[in-house]
Formats: sequence, C-alpha cells, structure tokens
Amino acid sequence: MSSTWLVVLIVGAGTVVCKAAGPVLLGGRTLPPQLAGIVDMLAPALLAALVVTQAVGGDRKLVFDERLFGIAAAIVAIRLRAPLLVIIAVAAGVTAFVRLIGA
Amino acid sequence: MTGSPSPYRAGARRAATIAPAVFVFGASFGLLAHSAGMGALASVVMSATTFAGSAQFAAVSVLSAAGSVGAAATAAVLLNARYVPIGISVASVLRGGPLRRFVEAQLVVDESWAFSRRRDGSFDRGLLIGAGLVLYTCWVLGTAAGAIGGEALGDPDSLGLDAAFAALFLALLVLQITSRRAVVAALVGGTIAFVLVPFTAPGIPIIAATAGCLVGWRKR
Repeated sequence: MSSTWLVVLIVGAGTVVCKAAGPVLLGGRTLPPQLAGIVDMLAPALLAALVVTQAVGGDRKLVFDERLFGIAAAIVAIRLRAPLLVIIAVAAGVTAFVRLIGA
Repeated sequence: MTGSPSPYRAGARRAATIAPAVFVFGASFGLLAHSAGMGALASVVMSATTFAGSAQFAAVSVLSAAGSVGAAATAAVLLNARYVPIGISVASVLRGGPLRRFVEAQLVVDESWAFSRRRDGSFDRGLLIGAGLVLYTCWVLGTAAGAIGGEALGDPDSLGLDAAFAALFLALLVLQITSRRAVVAALVGGTIAFVLVPFTAPGIPIIAATAGCLVGWRKR
C-alpha cells in the first residue's frame, strides 16, 4: 500500500473514532473542564505550526522565498474579510507572479 | 426534538447558506491534494471518510513536504481531537443504538455543529443531521471537482499553490482565535515549529507544537 493511501486510511479511521467516541461511549456526560480547555487549544497551536512550516519550512532548513509575498497578500485579504477561496487565490496568484518576474 | 415539523429541512436550509463555500473549499482541497501528489481517488476517499477540512489539509501538507506517514497522520488526527469534546456535547441528542449513533456522529463538523446549537446552548438533532448531510455532499463533490480539475492544471509550484497552503491555514487560524488564551496557544505552537524546522524531519515540528495546547489548562 502506498504511503498516501496509508495516511488516508489512518486519518479516516482516527477521525471516525474521535467523532463517534462521545456519542457511542459516554452518552450525555461531558469532559472535565481542565481537559476540555486543553483540547480547545489544540487547533490554534497546530494551525499556527502549519502556517509556519508551510510559509518558511524547507528540507531541514528555513526557506524565505516568494511564498512570503503571497502570504503578505493573503493577510491583507483576510483583514478585508475576503472569502476563503479569494484568500487562497490571492496567495497563489501573488506567489506565482513574483516567481514569474523573479525568474 | 420539538419545534418545526421538519428540522432536517431547516438544518439543510441553514447549511445551504455556506454550501457553495464548502464546495469551493472541497475543490481547493482536491486541488492542493493533487499538487501534493495525491491521486484524485485518494483525495475523494479521504473527504468521504475524514470529512474535516483542516485535518485533511494538514495531512496532505506534511506528505507534500516529504514527511513520514506517522507524522502526517498524527498531525491530522490531533487536529481532529477536538471532535471528541464536540461529539460529547451532542451525545445526548443523538438517537438509537450504538451503530446508529456512530453513523449520525460522523455528520458532525464544526459548521453543522454550530448550526445545530440552540440559543440556550443545547443541540437540535434534526438541524445537525440536515445541515451535516448538505455539507457532506458539497465537501465530497467539491473535492472530486478540484482533484479532477487539478489534473488538468499542471505544475502546482508555478501556480503558487505552495503559498496557498500557508494562506489557508492562516485563514483557518484566524477563525480559531476567539480568546487571549488561543493567541498564546498559537504563538507557542508557531514558535516551537519555527525553532524545530531546521533540526527535525518534516512533520515533527507540527506534532511538537501541540504542546501549545497546554495553555488551555484551567485551574478548578
């Protein structure tokens, strides 16, 4: 099995289990508040790490390249409350443009 | 479960307001998955089984950075760990035996969950299922459209799609910043990743960054 399919399988199974755990096992009970607070903060911590690795991550090094122009443009789009697709398109378009004129 | 005669339809109607956005978001997943070297079928199967955007993007982004299977899967599953408490919050309104509850729980995503929340903080099963079905359909169809379109588009880097990943995660992050605590969690997570990138295999910085969630610990 290719590594791609293995990831599809593991992530799918893991997510299905996460979603079903409460309704199937616990009925109406809730998590203790300390634990719930930690789980709430998983998403911001992980997403920030993903921003960093996607923006400046390279193969075991930090790489500062044309992506940063695209991300700067995306920040403007986010501040203007643009729809998600516009944000993505702006980032890609600006990066591609800077790459084109820089080459 | 009282109120309107067809809560399913009411939920579907609420979800319809964001259905085009979900379709397009699904298409962007299909497109970026393609740019990361994932086949069209794999990305559609992933959307159909995982049905959670940010985790799917995370898995694909780690894979595209030549990260290991373990790192990609761990990052994605940890992102979906929030569905444990979210699932628990709706547990009491789902119906039937374990199998039916298991299936109904799969329709829970951030948006369907938000749509089904009543003013008093309780949840409406009909709204949840109606909204979930609409969002699920749009997500899977959108992924298929993006994956097939991506195969026609060609070289992803010349299109700037590598920067699109960062922009996407940034946009998703902004939605999660709802408290000062979340800002701190994001700063800690981002800093850990930045420091570790030069020293570890791809994917490891993301997993290590989950330590940022410890700022969520609340004293009694």
